[in-house]
Amino acid sequence: MSLLIKNGRVIDPLQNIDDTLDILVERGKVKDVAKGLSAPDSAEIIDAKGCYVTPGLVDMHVHLRDPGLEYKEDIVTGTRAAAAGGFTSVACMPNTSPVNDNKTVTSYIVAKAKAEGCVNVFPVGAITKGSKGESLAEMGELKEAGCVAVSDDGHPVANTELMRRALEYAKGMGIMLISHAEEKSLVGEGVMNEGFVATELGLKGIPWAAEDVATARDVYLAEFTNSPLHIAHVSTQGALRIIRNAKARGVRVTCETAPHYFTLTDDAVRGYETNAKMNPPLRSTADQEAVKAALKDGTIDAIATDHAPHHLDEKDIEFNLALNGIIGLETSLPLSLKLVEEKVLTLPALIEKMSVNPSKILGIDRGSLKPGSAADITIIDPKAAWTVSADTLASKSKNSPWLGETMKGAAAYTIVAGKVVYKRG
Amino acid sequence: MGFKHKDIIALRDLTKEEILLLLDTAENMREINSRDIKKVPTLRGKTIINLFYEASTRTRTSFEIAAKRLSADAVNISPSTSSATKGETLLDTAKNLMAMKPDIIVMRHAISGAHYFLAKRLPCSIINAGDGAHEHPSQGLLDMLTMRDRFGKLDGLKVAIVGDVTHSRVARSNIQGLTKMGSQVFLAGPPTMIPTGAEKLGNVTVCNSMNEAIDGADVVMMLRIQLERQGKTLLPTLKEYSRYYGLNPENLKLAKKDAMVMHPGPINRGVELSSYVADGDQSHVMKQVENGVAVRMAMLYHVSGGELTAE
Repeated sequence: MSLLIKNGRVIDPLQNIDDTLDILVERGKVKDVAKGLSAPDSAEIIDAKGCYVTPGLVDMHVHLRDPGLEYKEDIVTGTRAAAAGGFTSVACMPNTSPVNDNKTVTSYIVAKAKAEGCVNVFPVGAITKGSKGESLAEMGELKEAGCVAVSDDGHPVANTELMRRALEYAKGMGIMLISHAEEKSLVGEGVMNEGFVATELGLKGIPWAAEDVATARDVYLAEFTNSPLHIAHVSTQGALRIIRNAKARGVRVTCETAPHYFTLTDDAVRGYETNAKMNPPLRSTADQEAVKAALKDGTIDAIATDHAPHHLDEKDIEFNLALNGIIGLETSLPLSLKLVEEKVLTLPALIEKMSVNPSKILGIDRGSLKPGSAADITIIDPKAAWTVSADTLASKSKNSPWLGETMKGAAAYTIVAGKVVYKRG
Repeated sequence: MGFKHKDIIALRDLTKEEILLLLDTAENMREINSRDIKKVPTLRGKTIINLFYEASTRTRTSFEIAAKRLSADAVNISPSTSSATKGETLLDTAKNLMAMKPDIIVMRHAISGAHYFLAKRLPCSIINAGDGAHEHPSQGLLDMLTMRDRFGKLDGLKVAIVGDVTHSRVARSNIQGLTKMGSQVFLAGPPTMIPTGAEKLGNVTVCNSMNEAIDGADVVMMLRIQLERQGKTLLPTLKEYSRYYGLNPENLKLAKKDAMVMHPGPINRGVELSSYVADGDQSHVMKQVENGVAVRMAMLYHVSGGELTAE
């Protein structure tokens, strides 16, 4: 089965391509990228005129809630949401029930994703057993079973000695360690960013220092152990300063941010809006600007969604009791495309952060359209206008702060291993 | 002018004119409270539910008396504060109560913003009797009424608010109300109890010391130290707190002669206020309580669609 994608603006940062070209796909792999390609009569042909054709987008931080919390999301609906958002690969965090801290859970995820998922699913295992921060999980077996990284996700490893050993051990196993950098004792009972809005609303604040202090600790541990470290969902100017300085002196640290941190501020919490409740919390305008500057100067390597589906009852409740997080797979692309419009990033730089870099960080063979590579391709229609609606979101959960808002830009086609898994309209 | 709000949740949401209307109505209501037979038929046939998720004696009783003086039927409910852990959500509780067709729910809740949550979803009026560290509008109004009784105005007053501002819904309502009415507010307290960005709440000055705040003040409002909220990190000891942030006859001399001393109660005697001050001539604490009933009658009246007519 062949597929020919014609006339699109092909962007492949790894090959330094940004040109109007055709792409020929055969047997699930990229066969050729060139002008004026022809295909066998049996080939499916997609006219991508006016669209961007990019390596399939990779979201390195999602929550598929499967196993155990399928009432929020499962591998079927989660990968469908990913495909609708233009993602061909997702890495799913281990805070399932049970926690993905052993090869049995990993194998379940891998098998179910293969059988029923529509995009590639790369599991992230836990750093510690049960993500309890007490003893190391079997990272070697996790990797063998298919995990591409380890993270205790929302439960940062509080014990500094254990974190040091985790970094060393993960390095030995050749698996990336992802830190949720948060000093919980500073968070206390905080439910939103500490600042004027929290003061006015009478809500307990989470200081930016909770993120900065933990980032500093983990960056220094990475430097000390000479181990690679990836920091998840960075949201503060202080943490970015620490990471920027560390990178400059050669520390092996990478980081990601999420679209809500460059799109929203803690102002969005006004009205006790539970769909603006997340962790780390939405920050100040100065932090938002710092995130954009760090995207621009390369301090931030990747854009990930932290897609966090929750059931209606878990959000339609008093603010303090509402769970943290928002869904993000289907809104990430249009929100990130705004960065191009605002000239924060060039289009190829955006594709680097949404496909090339996450693949590199996780060590997965994705993020390029080189002949011979897996034909994971996203065709983006930058002009498509659509309204975020609970009725049309593919995710099982609808906890988005953008419900009712009009977005510009969408995946026209999402192609995994040469097969169209999503077609818009 | 009429009162256009279905609910009263925060003084932040009210205009200066609406606050004035409530204060003026309360003054009229006060006359009812001084009669032999303290009852008018104004809200006859209306059902009011006092839904108190947090313990309260004075506010709940004050709302209950206010309702009864206006001839409304008032019912008190004190659900367990942990209804959420028992499985029933606030919304479910409210829906059940709603099926009994109340006209007004007066609620106290430990979570800031819980009232907005209900108000958006229920057709009846919601009055906030205190939500978390957000607002306590009836307290703010009764405080302003007590100040206006004394000075005849609120514009241009220097009001010092001293203590745990971070956790104080009383402070937030007073700051919102007073700054709208043209008062100048000075805050003081240990820095562990002054919230981030407090100076942006209106015409507010955050002072480095208590003395600076009360120097030349017309009103010294002391906040209750909520022992249950201080944990182990905000204060070393109550003894030290009272020494640096307590009001006593000595430091009170810094304020204007005859300055008003106020406290939302209940007082921790010897902590926020020395008994000499609490029971002294300058204390207006009992007048605050007295005005509470009139203010709450005004609030119930206006959310029920009442129009103030000059009598």
